[in-house]
Amino acid sequence: MTPEPLLRIEDLVTVFDGAEGALRAVDGVSLEIASGETVGLVGESGCGKSVLALSILRLLPRPQARVIAGRVLWRGADLLALPDPAIRRVRGKEIAMIFQEPMTSLNPVLTIGSQIEEAIRVHEDVGRDEAWGRTVDLLGRVGIPSPADRARDYPHQLSGGMRQRVMIAMALSCGPSLLIADEPTTALDVTVQAGILDLLRRLQKESGMAVLLITHDMGVVAEMARRVLVMYAGQIVEEASVSDLFERPLHPYSAALLESVPRLDAPRGRLRAIPGAVPDPRAFPAGCRFHPRCPIAVPECREAVPPLETKGSARRARCIKVLGAVGGTRT
Amino acid sequence: MSAVPTTPEAARIAPADALLRAEGLVKHFPVRRGLFGSAAGAVRAVDGVSLAIRRGETLGLVGESGSGKTTTGRLVLRLLPATAGRVVFDGRSVFDLDARALRALRREMQIIFQDPYSSLNPRMTVGAAIEEPIRVHGLAGKAEARERVAALLARVGLAPDHAARYPHEFSGGQRQRVGIARALALGPRFLVCDEPVSALDVSIQAQILNLLADLQRDLGLTYLFIAHDLAVVRHISDRVAVMYLGKIVEEAETEALFRAPLHPYTKALLSAIPVPDPKTRRERIILPGDPPDPAAPPPGCPFHPRCPEAVPECRAEVPAFREARPGHHVSCLLVT
Repeated sequence: MTPEPLLRIEDLVTVFDGAEGALRAVDGVSLEIASGETVGLVGESGCGKSVLALSILRLLPRPQARVIAGRVLWRGADLLALPDPAIRRVRGKEIAMIFQEPMTSLNPVLTIGSQIEEAIRVHEDVGRDEAWGRTVDLLGRVGIPSPADRARDYPHQLSGGMRQRVMIAMALSCGPSLLIADEPTTALDVTVQAGILDLLRRLQKESGMAVLLITHDMGVVAEMARRVLVMYAGQIVEEASVSDLFERPLHPYSAALLESVPRLDAPRGRLRAIPGAVPDPRAFPAGCRFHPRCPIAVPECREAVPPLETKGSARRARCIKVLGAVGGTRT
Repeated sequence: MSAVPTTPEAARIAPADALLRAEGLVKHFPVRRGLFGSAAGAVRAVDGVSLAIRRGETLGLVGESGSGKTTTGRLVLRLLPATAGRVVFDGRSVFDLDARALRALRREMQIIFQDPYSSLNPRMTVGAAIEEPIRVHGLAGKAEARERVAALLARVGLAPDHAARYPHEFSGGQRQRVGIARALALGPRFLVCDEPVSALDVSIQAQILNLLADLQRDLGLTYLFIAHDLAVVRHISDRVAVMYLGKIVEEAETEALFRAPLHPYTKALLSAIPVPDPKTRRERIILPGDPPDPAAPPPGCPFHPRCPEAVPECRAEVPAFREARPGHHVSCLLVT
C-alpha cells in the first residue's frame, strides 16, 4: 500500500432512521484505494455496499440517512468536513459515479449530448463549442457509433447498454481520478455486459483512474479487480487480493459464497447452499453477524463481533476461527 | 383422448417420450401507432418455436432479454393465446381444449415466477394463498385443505406456522418457497420455472435450485426452466435450447452444448460469462451492436448483423434448424 492513498475511509458508520431506531447500514468500515487501482466491493443486498458508496460522495438521502462516525479522506482531506461548494467540486470532477440503472440518472427531456456538455461546463471554464466537441469525442471513446448523431438523441432512444455507455462518457467527462461503479452491468444482458466491462478496462488503462467496483457477481470481480473487499451485514468481513480470495478464502462467508454459485467450469452436482437468509439491517445478529449461517461457528462466535484482523501482508478477515489456522478449517 | 399426429419438425423426440410438445409456436404482438391505434406492424416475440420435453426431464430455455423465452413459457401454458402453432400435453392438444378441459389441465401444468412477491396477494396469508387453488378446484374440504397446506409448506422447507404469516414477513428466498408450494398445491406434473432464482441473493439461489432438484426427483416433475443465467441453466438442465430473436437457434444435451457449442451466438454467449476464477483468461467474443428490434427482424439469419462469422449467404437465406450432430440441433449455414 502506498503511504498516501487516493482514498482512505476510516471507521465509517452510516445510519438510517427506522421505526425501530437508527439502523447501522454501514458499521465501522475502513478501506484504502491507491491511485490507478481497481478494488472490488462484493456483497449481497442489504450488506451496505451501496450506502458506503453514497456516503463517500455525501449523496445519502436526507434527512433519514447520515454518517455518524468516521472519516473519508480524499488525498488527505476529509470529504465529510468539506463545505457544500467544495464537495460539489469533488463530485464529478475528481470522483465520478455510475449506477446500475442509467435511465434513472439521465434526464429524459434533454438530449444525451446536452447533459454531457453541461457536466463539462459545470466543472470547467470552456465554451459551448469546445464542450460539444469534447462530448462527441467522449461518446466515440465509449464505443457509441456515429457519436455526433447520437449526441442529439434522447435517453429513451438508446438501448440499456448504450445508456450505460453514455453514463460512462459523462462520468469520464472531467477526467476523474476515481470512478465508483455501483453494479454497472447488473441490469444488462451478458453479451452487453462483456462489452461494458471491456470498455471500463480499456478506459482505465488509458486514463489511469482508480475504480471502486461494487457488485454481487464474483465472476465480474475475478475479471476486473486486483483487490477485493467482501461485505456482510454492514461490515467488511474479508479483504484480499483477487488471487488469494479465489484460491483460499479465509472468511467462511466468502468461502460459502464461492461454493454456492453454479459454475460453468465445474462438474455439476448438488450445490452447497448457505442456509438461512441475508440478515435484515433491522436485526443484525449479535456477535459475528454470519454465525447463524456459518458451518464452523462455535459458541464464542455469538459473544462479540470479531475484529478485522490482519493476516500476512495484505489480507484481513473478521473471524475468530480462521485466524491462527489459515486455510486449515475449510476444504 | 385422441392421438395427435406429429409434424416432422417436432419428431426429433419420439412422441411416446414427450410429456409436452410445442410445434411452430408463433406470437405476434401488434404495434399500434398514432391517435387511433392503427396496427403498424407486429413484434414477432416468438417466431416459430418447436420443442419437446420428455417425462421427468428439465429442458433449459436460455436467451437474453427480448429473445422470446418468457413468452414461449406463457404460450405453452396457454396463459397467452398463440398466433399460430400448437402444444400437445400428454396427448391433448392444449389450444383446442374447451374451458372445462382447460381447467382440468391447469391442475397438471403450473408456473413459478421470477418475483414471488408480485405474484402473491399482500393481504392474504401465505396459508390462504396456497389453499386457494385447492379450494377453487374443489379438491378438498376446509380441514383437509389445511392439512395439505401444512404438508406443502413442509415439502418446500417452511414450517407449518408460516401459514398464518403475510408475504412481507418473508425473505426473498422464503417467498420463492411459498410460490413453489402454491404451484405444487394441485399436484402438477409439469412446471414452467420462469427465472425462478434471478431475483434472489446469490447465497439463496443454491437453496432454491437444490429444492427444485429434490422436488423433481421425489415427485417425478418435468420442468421447462427459463433463465438468462447460463451457469444456472447448465446446472439444472438435461437439455438446453438457446433462443435468439424469437427462434431456437441451438438445442442439445447440456454437456454437449456447453462443451462444443455450434451456433456463433451460443459461442459468444458462453464466452461472455465472467468466470469466478482470476487465473482463467479466456478469449472473449464481443458482439457488436444490440439485438435487433423484433418488430423489424433482419432478413436471412436473424443473428447475421452481429455474427463474427457471417458470410454473404447469411443475409439471404434463413438457415434451417437441423440435426448437425446426433441429438444436437442448430440453425446456422456455416455448421457442417
